[in-house]
Amino acid sequence: MDITFRLNGEVAQVDTPPTRTLLDWLREERGLTGTKEGCNEGDCGACSVLVTDEHGTRTLNACILFMPQLAGKAVRTVEGLSAPDGTLHPVQQALVDHHGSQCGFCTPGVAVTMAAGHLAGRTDHDDQLAGNLCRCTGYAPIVRAAKAAEGTPVPTHMRDDTPVEAEAPFAPATEDALAEWYAAHPEGTLIAGATDVGLWVTKQFRALGDVAFLNRCADLQHIEETEDAIRFGAGVTMTRVLEALEGEYPSYAQMVRRYGSVQVRNAATIGGNIANGSPIGDNPPALIALGATLHLRCGPVLRDLPLEDFFLAYGKQDRAPGEFVTGVTIPKGRGNHRVYKISKRFDQDISAVCGAFDLEIAEGTITTARIAFGGMAGVPARAAKVEAALTGQPWSRETIEAALPSMEADFEPLTDMRATSAYRLQAARNLLLRYHADLTGTDTDVRKVSA
Amino acid sequence: MSVAKPLPHDSGALHVTGAARYVDDIPTPANALHLAFGLSTIARGRITAMDLDAVRAAPGVRDVLTAEDLPNGCDVSPSNHDEPLLSDGTVHYAGQPVFLVVATSHGAARRAAARAKLSYDAQEPILTVEQALAADSRFEDGPRVWTKGDVDAALSQAAHRIEGRIEIGGQEHFYLEGQAALAVPNEGDMLIHSSTQHPTEIQHKVAEALEVPMHAVRVEVRRMGGGFGGKESQGNALAVACAVVAARTGCPARMRYDRDDDMTITGKRHDFRVEYDAGFDADGRLVGVDFTHYARCGWAMDLSLPVADRAMLHADNAYLLDACRITSHRLKTNTQSATAFRGFGGPQGLLGIERVLDHAARTLGLDPVEVRRINYYRGMDALGGGPSAPRPAAPPESLPGQMKDVDVASRGSQVEADDRHAVDAGHVNTTPYGMAVEDFILHEMTERLLETSGYAARRAEIDAWNARQPVLKRGIAFSPVKFGISFTLTHLNQAGALVHVYQDGSIHMNHGGTEMGQGLFQKVAQVAASRFGVGRDAVKITATDTGKVPNTSATAASSGADLNGMAVADACDTIRDRIAACLAELHQVAPDTVVFRDGKVAVAGDEMPFAKAAATAYQNRVSLSATGFYKTPDLAWDRIKGQGRPFFYFAQGCAVTEVVIDTLSGENRILRTDILHDAGASLNPAIDRGQIEGGYVQGAGWLTMEELVWDDAGRLKTHAPSTYKIPACSDRPPVFNVDLWDQPNPAATIYRSKAVGEPPFMLGVSAFLALSDACAASGPNWPDLQAPATCEAILAAVTRARA
Repeated sequence: MDITFRLNGEVAQVDTPPTRTLLDWLREERGLTGTKEGCNEGDCGACSVLVTDEHGTRTLNACILFMPQLAGKAVRTVEGLSAPDGTLHPVQQALVDHHGSQCGFCTPGVAVTMAAGHLAGRTDHDDQLAGNLCRCTGYAPIVRAAKAAEGTPVPTHMRDDTPVEAEAPFAPATEDALAEWYAAHPEGTLIAGATDVGLWVTKQFRALGDVAFLNRCADLQHIEETEDAIRFGAGVTMTRVLEALEGEYPSYAQMVRRYGSVQVRNAATIGGNIANGSPIGDNPPALIALGATLHLRCGPVLRDLPLEDFFLAYGKQDRAPGEFVTGVTIPKGRGNHRVYKISKRFDQDISAVCGAFDLEIAEGTITTARIAFGGMAGVPARAAKVEAALTGQPWSRETIEAALPSMEADFEPLTDMRATSAYRLQAARNLLLRYHADLTGTDTDVRKVSA
Repeated sequence: MSVAKPLPHDSGALHVTGAARYVDDIPTPANALHLAFGLSTIARGRITAMDLDAVRAAPGVRDVLTAEDLPNGCDVSPSNHDEPLLSDGTVHYAGQPVFLVVATSHGAARRAAARAKLSYDAQEPILTVEQALAADSRFEDGPRVWTKGDVDAALSQAAHRIEGRIEIGGQEHFYLEGQAALAVPNEGDMLIHSSTQHPTEIQHKVAEALEVPMHAVRVEVRRMGGGFGGKESQGNALAVACAVVAARTGCPARMRYDRDDDMTITGKRHDFRVEYDAGFDADGRLVGVDFTHYARCGWAMDLSLPVADRAMLHADNAYLLDACRITSHRLKTNTQSATAFRGFGGPQGLLGIERVLDHAARTLGLDPVEVRRINYYRGMDALGGGPSAPRPAAPPESLPGQMKDVDVASRGSQVEADDRHAVDAGHVNTTPYGMAVEDFILHEMTERLLETSGYAARRAEIDAWNARQPVLKRGIAFSPVKFGISFTLTHLNQAGALVHVYQDGSIHMNHGGTEMGQGLFQKVAQVAASRFGVGRDAVKITATDTGKVPNTSATAASSGADLNGMAVADACDTIRDRIAACLAELHQVAPDTVVFRDGKVAVAGDEMPFAKAAATAYQNRVSLSATGFYKTPDLAWDRIKGQGRPFFYFAQGCAVTEVVIDTLSGENRILRTDILHDAGASLNPAIDRGQIEGGYVQGAGWLTMEELVWDDAGRLKTHAPSTYKIPACSDRPPVFNVDLWDQPNPAATIYRSKAVGEPPFMLGVSAFLALSDACAASGPNWPDLQAPATCEAILAAVTRARA
């Protein structure tokens, strides 16, 4: 199929199979070898590129970015960061001056990510760079460089990336068009951010069959806020979810800040994270604890259900052939909602356990309890027996401790490379203790401690 | 003078623009072939059938090779001839290359390889220390044992005695650039581009596989995207595979491992179990210690013997042990063949004694820093002298033993023992292996770091804070490193260089060291510029090339700048002296009155640009090309007896790290790190600082979040960055103070600098000890924290502390 987009300022027209990645195309077809393959699964950031569309400029991992996702957009690679006269971009110059590169293999990706942060005026460098692994420097000189480049003028050529008019094959432009296509192709594969589907191709060599790219469905990308609820369209990226949650649900937002990396959050969608049914996705427990409602559509038929009912068993969801997630709605004002993510590495790691808690407390008594976990079972699931042990009881440490043994009745977690079964159970119980300590004013957050 | 300036990395501008070229970036003709290995999926057994029809039928596949198709065994081991390129039918670990796909693209080769159907007669794999001991599955006949003093008597008479064990996990290198090679055939010869720390070994292995002399193979390495030891021997398989295919087809052949393949196939840092039995007096003085090391070496020998040796050589770290025994078991297991990794066993040995001292301090109720200081080696003052004079060079050595058909340039090669006697018998300040420690500066360094880091006040403040906090606990710890510098295989301590001066005064510099990010090329170029008294820009850095400098040692053991800097200086001095002699003769003055400085040459009161001096020498028919050579003096080592002087000197450093843990989940953060490190008189303080910061974070990662997990069938489950977590940006210490000691090396090294590649890695130990301290603050018991200190390990330690 023919894809048209802008590459480092010039319009490129490419005939490509639908699952060719931008990284392979850049390196193998265009000889643009500055963009590196470090892991081929979106975890290291060595392949970071800038992509600009009507929503602005963001950094993405080229190794799990399929060519059709670029239709009409503008791509800038590391080769396009310097000015046409060869003058280094301020972040490039700062990296040289502050010894930010050693082996240099992660450096192109680091420079691209820094350029994106520089363009957006970001100064939260740790968060911005969480998706760019460096094995040599220990990051200190990279952050020194990022700080040094703060506030320097954005080179004019960095603002030249405008979208181009282009056909977008296999990319329905509306929810209606998608519904029609999917009803006709129920065995097809829907690709939103490709942060998971990308690995089906690059690591599992799966043939995807008919595909539909969802990034053109503008009506799936709305965030609608009313007085008492927020509805996220399925196509809302996790970057936008994070922004939308910061005021209402800071604890949930803090979790999302550690969810993937900037590159991953820029691509991944909340609908994708739900629809793929992973038992270790981090949104579902947080949403289930909030009592979220899932919105589905099959052809013309719309359906709502409580999110927790969507996950039937490992790898099995309550979704008919041709049916897809259109959005999810959460209530506002649940001030006791907390989300705790436990992983080996703090940033950009998949949870060993992710616990979400929301207790309603009236006059010292727990009136309702919604507690959900990821990583504890084959599906994201509520801790029903723990909830029952808490409900109607006084809000006290004693009540919490009395409920802890019920965790074992609720869950029989697995042992895998992320944690043992025993740790998962102990951590799940302890997260309930943390919740109590957190809400009653005890310091529980290691991030808030400094030397 | 160019030396000592904080110049940026030589390729900095190329790195940031993406113009720096790595092996996989080298363009090849359209007929280039791409390779991928098919891997075994069981850990031990026999292959009973290989159905490769679907592989052959896959799009883009040109050929599929098995062991039978190879010209010979195509051994890819560094020395022991125990690693056939492709399985001979026996499977030794899950991930062992079994067949080789030749295809028109990297993707086509990988996709095809996944289509194989292999049948096995599986056997129970030997995976754990216990299984290996039970099966007596090991390298060498039995454990290696070194002793000093009467440890049994010392232990039995000790006032206090502790016993314990620490499991120390391995570590994946996670060089950002995976293994890669490219072979280009030309008129029967072979040019190899390889991402390797050891071009000569690649040359040797390719020549052996192709059955041609080494002169028919040329290996070129401009740079690696990280190495850390993981590219000392692990690149052999790719280079040999490419060369074999290129020789068969006449087409260029290239290969790179996908990340999952790389982590599944290649060796990692050895995991160790260290058991200890130690005796102390009431002041915390260590009167005797008995260590037992169990190293899981994996299926092939690779470099495991010298790795395990170096662990024994660092079992003392910075402490004078009067009575000790170190027993080392090198266990053969059905896992990836563990290999070199920054520190080369040193970190594991060092962590053993640091653990003992912490355990003792906790048991005796003493300050862990004071327990360390009381056990330190004696300083130079206490020995009655300042920096010692340079030692005279040892007489020329002949390589002992039969060379057989081994790659003698490998650290794994088994040459017979050097039977010269230990040189330091009778000294009061000797290591467990009989070497006098004459350059110990950690007393002074410790004093300064404790002061600049505010250790005492922070210790008190942390204790008070912990008393108020029920859930979170902070911890702080100090740890030193004393690391021996030299290859323990003595003959590897040599280097060569080739320098040309062109008639325009520009300088072409080449040496045997490889650039993997550590800044070696820049440091050595600074040396060259300094010898000629010119600016750094006058010196061209060129790719490492076995056609220019032969018989190189691996760029390893932190030795790159020490060895190659000296060799380049030697070559430069030869040319400089020839120019000086020429000009002296023309001006009728003595040669030693000719001065090279600031880009100019002064002779007989006259001054000319260096370029004019070079042109003058050329016109007077003076050779402006020279080789240089260096060998480290004064080494003698018997690894079997564990006696001698294996090191030229010791590099030292110390660190204080503060952490916080959550006692409910084990979540943790490093809060602050202060480091004082000894790089001698630094050749380039900016580059050295980079090695220190990066080494520390890598070392802390090893002991915290980096965890290798194999399943019960011996399959590695952490084979991608999604499951194996190296430190990310926010994991570095938010307060990170790094200072250089910056005093000249008493040993006569290049500009009195010290090696800096590996030693700072071990400063990461202070992060582990700080986590242990925080765990201990949670309860009255010894927390017995195990490594890596993942959230899970920390929670287990907290639970023990509170039990």
